[in-house]
Amino acid sequence: MKISERVERVPPSGIRRFFELTEELDDVISLGVGEPDFTAPWSAREAAIDSLERGRTSYTANRGMAALREAIAERSRERYDLDYDPDEEVLVTAGASEAIDVAFRAFVDPGDRVAIAQPSYVSYVPGVTFAGGEPVPIPTGEADDFELTAEALREHGAADAEALVFCYPNNPTGATMSKQDLEPIAAFAREHDLTVLADEIYADLTYEGDHTSIATLPGMRERTVVFNGFSKAYAMTGLRLGYALAPPEAITAMNRVHQYSMLSAPTTAQHAAIDALDNCDDAVVEMRSQYDRRRRFVLSRFDEMGIDCFTAKGAFYVFPESPWEDAEAFAEALLDAEGVAVVPGDVFGAGGEGHLRVSYATGMNELREAMDRIERFLD
Amino acid sequence: MDIRAELLSLLRENARYTTVDLARMLGTDESEVTEQIEALEAEGVLKGYQAVVDWRRTDEEPVRALVECNVTLDRETGYDDIAARLVGFPEIQSLRLVSGEYDFSLTVEADSMGEVSRFVSEKVAPVPEITQTVTHYLMESYKERGFEFGDGHDDDRLSVSP
Ligand SMILES: Cc1ncc(COP(=O)(O)O)c(C=O)c1O
Repeated sequence: MKISERVERVPPSGIRRFFELTEELDDVISLGVGEPDFTAPWSAREAAIDSLERGRTSYTANRGMAALREAIAERSRERYDLDYDPDEEVLVTAGASEAIDVAFRAFVDPGDRVAIAQPSYVSYVPGVTFAGGEPVPIPTGEADDFELTAEALREHGAADAEALVFCYPNNPTGATMSKQDLEPIAAFAREHDLTVLADEIYADLTYEGDHTSIATLPGMRERTVVFNGFSKAYAMTGLRLGYALAPPEAITAMNRVHQYSMLSAPTTAQHAAIDALDNCDDAVVEMRSQYDRRRRFVLSRFDEMGIDCFTAKGAFYVFPESPWEDAEAFAEALLDAEGVAVVPGDVFGAGGEGHLRVSYATGMNELREAMDRIERFLD
Repeated sequence: MDIRAELLSLLRENARYTTVDLARMLGTDESEVTEQIEALEAEGVLKGYQAVVDWRRTDEEPVRALVECNVTLDRETGYDDIAARLVGFPEIQSLRLVSGEYDFSLTVEADSMGEVSRFVSEKVAPVPEITQTVTHYLMESYKERGFEFGDGHDDDRLSVSP
């Protein structure tokens, strides 16, 4: 069978390779997991069950249930000062993943350059490639606490890109960006007329300072698409529900792709999501405070081991320097010797080399044991 | 959240966290944690530390019962007086005044059903103000102090994921 050249061009994921290595061993403590260890709040699960019992099993409006779009708009306004019209400026999707994919297909023409701040979530580069675009990696580094800078954008050729993708709080680094640090990025985007695709799926998992969306900066609303979803803060990964916020013409374009590929996001999950927004704030606060404690614990342990790690302030990852120059070799040896899985930073693209992604979405007892094992391995 | 409240919530989660780990999680130093714990103990906020045991998995499952007690009060005797007569019995694990159909709710623990019944009929029921007792033997525990007693469901997440 002929495989398309676009697909052939995308190599198998490095995450997948590590997953396979891990699967071969017993007694592995995995710090390689990119999803919450909590279960979705009961109230939201109950709403999903109730929707099934009532037989709510048909498609919804392409853009998502009106009640959900309204709840999303209200929440975004209250919490992040993101003011979007639920009828025209919100699109509910099957995970933020689908929103991101749909955006690439809606905005990228063959050959278009799309700047991607890296290290980054692993789907952006393939997503751009599948859409026929040309990914342009923009490395961020430890010197800047893995924040994106206007210099990096300039230096790595973002000026003639059509769009810019970034994600703060960041997967894999846990870096966040303050309003002040976002300003030069916004200025660059305005100057070079870039569409900005801002993945804010970890916004509710910000531990120090407040999350600022770049869409709230002057002149940015009209050129920004904000992605968010229920996977991370609400521990609802398997329910596959996310959304995009953008001006009407952008949502209309994305919805055109979405309506032909997905039709509508899962109905059961939409019912759960309405409940999550209505009733699950306390659960989010509780999960966040647990992540925060674990974050401090892990940072402190690395510090004592003499492993250099900048203070990650969001998501549920820290991104320490690898004790060995070759992070991949270190991760493999650690897995082999002590059964602790971490992901080498190379997997996440430019700027990730020589680092490790360590997820603390794991219970305290396991986390402590894993850190003990790492310490033992280093001795 | 202030450090005391966070400390309490961490100790409720796991009273065996070491002071070093507590300090790490709270982003403070060990001496601060020790000091706060000592203060909380001295003030009687922290009453003690106990394990949550699923006795079914051991060979020595005690018999437990919930006992509802109704009382009548008079000018001389209040709830506190009746409670004072009961709290000292080691068989009584918890003693609470509750609202609703009855007044006191007791958890009684002993080696056999006979012992529990004897204790209730010989020690609790004879208290003059106690007008009625209803004993419910505990048949199965599904959750205790926040811990679920099932086999727990395994972490079925992918071991490495994006
Ligand atoms: C940065 C980032 N964006 C998007 C996603 C996918 O989210 P969803 O489950 O909503 O598709 C992930 C999942 O790991 C992520 O880390």
